[in-house]
Amino acid sequence: MGNVKSGQIVLEGSEQGFATTRFDALLNWARKYSLFQYPFVTACCGMEFMSLNGPRFDGLARFGAEAPRFTPRQADLLWVVGTIVQRQAPVLKRVYEQMCDPKYVIAFGTCASCGGFYDNYTTVPGIDKIIPVDVYIPGCPPRPEAVIDGLMLLMDKIASGRRETPAIVKPHNDPVGDRLVTLGKGSPRELEIGPQSRTRDDRPNTPAHAFLPKKAAT
Amino acid sequence: MSQLLLDKLKARFGERILETSSFRGDEVAVVAPTDWLDVAQFLRDDPACDMSMFIDITVVDYPEREARFDLVLMLYSLHKGHRVRLKTRLADGATVKTVTPLWAAANWFEREVYDMFGVKFEGHPDLRRILMYEEFEGHPLRKDYAADRTQPLVPYRPEAKDKLAPFRADEGMPFGRRDWSPRDDAWKTDDIAHNEEHLAEAIANDPAETR
Repeated sequence: MGNVKSGQIVLEGSEQGFATTRFDALLNWARKYSLFQYPFVTACCGMEFMSLNGPRFDGLARFGAEAPRFTPRQADLLWVVGTIVQRQAPVLKRVYEQMCDPKYVIAFGTCASCGGFYDNYTTVPGIDKIIPVDVYIPGCPPRPEAVIDGLMLLMDKIASGRRETPAIVKPHNDPVGDRLVTLGKGSPRELEIGPQSRTRDDRPNTPAHAFLPKKAAT
Repeated sequence: MSQLLLDKLKARFGERILETSSFRGDEVAVVAPTDWLDVAQFLRDDPACDMSMFIDITVVDYPEREARFDLVLMLYSLHKGHRVRLKTRLADGATVKTVTPLWAAANWFEREVYDMFGVKFEGHPDLRRILMYEEFEGHPLRKDYAADRTQPLVPYRPEAKDKLAPFRADEGMPFGRRDWSPRDDAWKTDDIAHNEEHLAEAIANDPAETR
């Protein structure tokens, strides 16, 4: 019998020339390496989305998610890249509804995740008000590393087959060090905020995969 | 320099120019709504004025005034290089003649003014909303439009009313949609320790935390 360990399929008996595994594990393994994306790009995050696809990061092709499909009927991964205004919300909802199951949604950037600083009459405060989201990638815009992190989170979710809890890419440690330099009166001055929370968020700097549902014990 | 323009306007229209002012090269003339089109026409056609280019038309809302809207028309002369700003004051519901026949570029700008402030233009060829959707009620840039009022076209998912895990009320952002009202002077203080303290307090009182 094959089993699932930390998102990977362990094939047993391969030295005998054949292998066994669970069918759903095999299917999810195939799905996670063949995502067909539908880019719904509306704002400045689109520039970062392009750089993600460029040769320096090559952030989608390496994961088998390169081929874009410009009809939602042929896509299973919806990238919502940028601000979604109230006027666009019906369009986004329709695009999502046209996709075939299983379908996945990534909220790329702060605006797609929560509306960002557009707290006013124009903007949807997060696309999860309209459609369910699998992975949130905050950032204004997020760096390609964060997006790759988010894509890998999604692949983990697909492999585990458990999608109840959305995943979020958390900020990683700042290589600059423990001190945050701020500008203000008497600037520059340094503010000691400790090694574990270099954002103003008080939570410990949890690695992103900790937000995934716990995997079933084998 | 273009004080000449204001002099010329006064010479031509006399009492119909209600006010003029000039601040660091910005010349402003205020007229009554009924004289709006006449003065604009003169500014475009008079060879000394020669306001060939329409720059912008916009509105400033002063809700405490009876005539609450200042309609502002900005013009530029491509050949002479001078500018002038023409204003008129409108009460809520008052109309003014469109300047679209003089400058075709004014068409969409007047639609925007109508969309955002509800000022109506007589004789406009196509006075519809331009940015907001037809279903939108009210005019969002009026000062009495509530800053946090949204009018969603798609009903929100019931499970998204409270933010889904793993977000808290600040939606995962340190500057999120938290209620900042008790300390809305925080941005002025530049006292980071003070702000951090308030942030910690707000997080402690966050209903999503106690869930």
